[in-house]
Amino acid sequence: MSDLTELYQSVILDHNRKPRNHGAPERFDATADGRNTLCGDALTVWVALDGDTLADVRFVGEGCAISKASASLMTQAVKGKSRAEADALFERFHALVTGREAPPAEGVRGPLGPLAALAGVSRFPIRVKCASLAWHTLQAALHREPGAPVTTE
Amino acid sequence: MSSSASLHSGATPALIAPLAAPLPLAPRDAFPLLAADPALRYLDSAATAQKPRAVLDALRHYYETANANPHRGAYRLSVAATDAYHDARARVARFVGLRDADCLLFVRGTTEAMNLVAGSWGQAHVGPGDEVVVTRMDHHATFVTWQQLAHARGAAFRIAELTPDGRVDLDHLASLLGPRTKVVAFPHVSNALGTVNPVREIAALVRERSDAIVVVDGAQGVPHLPVEFDRLGADFYAFSGHKVGGPMGSGALLGRRALLEAMPPWQFGGDMIAFVGDEVTTWNALPHKFEAGTPNVGDAVGLAAACDFLAGLGMDAVIAHERALVAAAMERLGAIEGVRVHGPAADQRSGVVSFSMADVHPHDLATILDERGVCIRAGHHCAQPLMRSLGVPATARASFWVYSDAADVEALAEGLESARRLFAA
Ligand SMILES: Cc1ncc(COP(=O)(O)O)c(C=O)c1O
Repeated sequence: MSDLTELYQSVILDHNRKPRNHGAPERFDATADGRNTLCGDALTVWVALDGDTLADVRFVGEGCAISKASASLMTQAVKGKSRAEADALFERFHALVTGREAPPAEGVRGPLGPLAALAGVSRFPIRVKCASLAWHTLQAALHREPGAPVTTE
Repeated sequence: MSSSASLHSGATPALIAPLAAPLPLAPRDAFPLLAADPALRYLDSAATAQKPRAVLDALRHYYETANANPHRGAYRLSVAATDAYHDARARVARFVGLRDADCLLFVRGTTEAMNLVAGSWGQAHVGPGDEVVVTRMDHHATFVTWQQLAHARGAAFRIAELTPDGRVDLDHLASLLGPRTKVVAFPHVSNALGTVNPVREIAALVRERSDAIVVVDGAQGVPHLPVEFDRLGADFYAFSGHKVGGPMGSGALLGRRALLEAMPPWQFGGDMIAFVGDEVTTWNALPHKFEAGTPNVGDAVGLAAACDFLAGLGMDAVIAHERALVAAAMERLGAIEGVRVHGPAADQRSGVVSFSMADVHPHDLATILDERGVCIRAGHHCAQPLMRSLGVPATARASFWVYSDAADVEALAEGLESARRLFAA
């Protein structure tokens, strides 16, 4: 596979075309807006909590295929996780897209599950921000004082 | 605000003739960076231009033969530096049609020039109840600078809107002008759309209806069009050296003498003073009053070399070359499924083609093109107010200059076709 077809593999294109958990929820407990000031990408993430569990995570946003697909995959990956588990997942995800952690071998389901589809980003350092925007925004929603702005800078 | 691809949808790709080749106006060999990488398709010259060898040679020659702190003239080398600086000013002024070369201030670029006008003239003359006018197509360097000056001075900030094909709506602009208008600022050429504005016509309109100063952002003017400041009708005109093939960190502000002489200094320090008393200081003459501190002589010399280089090509030839490429690109890109080209007809632009592809974000296009060695810009082009009115968060932009040719257009089009295929998969 070329770097490009690895980056834009079918899972990514599918989530870009049909983002999951897309649209504002009726009920939520935490939210944040994220913005990539360089390119104008912007998204909003909402979280509904059940105790410490992320019962539902939704988003809307404007951005490239990588940022949209990453947001969509993230909402699926963190649903049902605790805050600490979601944080740990972000750590591993960040290691994957920055090339610090090798992707699982072809056909093997690694600890990141479907998020591994974004491994191709590690060959395109300028796109790491696109892949991490939704995650930074989720972190902000979960951990930050309400109202403070989020950027990937 | 788009010449839709549907204009061309009747044409079958097979019927589109191969591009009648615009060859480079200046050979790639004259640009060391391009010569070193024949496969590179550099289509981001509106962001910054590649440098002619003549400019790099001039920089080296200055530093190897004449470098000293100018205006300190106690020894011959310092005189050589002073002469080099003076000579650079004269050559740049001649290139942009300014007879009174002392009214050319060397600055760091367009951004600094705009801040100088706002910080000096604006602070002194704009007050509560006054009005400051910019356009929907202004770069943040102009837009934000005047927006903030207006806020700081309690003045109203007004935005002239655009026509559907991306030109300044002169009727709307006229309706904003009145006795309280103090400043009208607009770009000679839009960096995001390539639209060439009728500077003389706009300046005349402003004079007719107000006493405002006319401030032109020429960042995309000087590199692409013949500019004759003395006949433009503008009060101030700013440009950046790096977009003209000169060094980064060089640039100039041109102004009318009467205004510059009446304006307070903007920065303080060495060179800009005449007499420094314990309480009171008097200012040096133009241009020094506005050039505090040790000047950037080396880059001024480099900028002058860039102007000489362009004068050698002829600016009429430069704009004709760019328009031929833009016309070819608009036709070739317009025939690609889903591509929409923004902005006016080719004969009303400089060498800029801003476009969108349905269902593919400009960033993804830029990455896919980059893999083929094609460099384009993707984003808001420092013109977020314009993007909002286009109804897009970002566009992709290809921009041409003297070294661009038909092969660049073809590489761009083929890259876009491959993006189309990849995303259709
Ligand atoms: C129209 C326009 N105005 C202003 C600027 C700012 O120029 P600089 O960043 O060189 O100061 C640019 C360049 O990006 C431009 O294209």
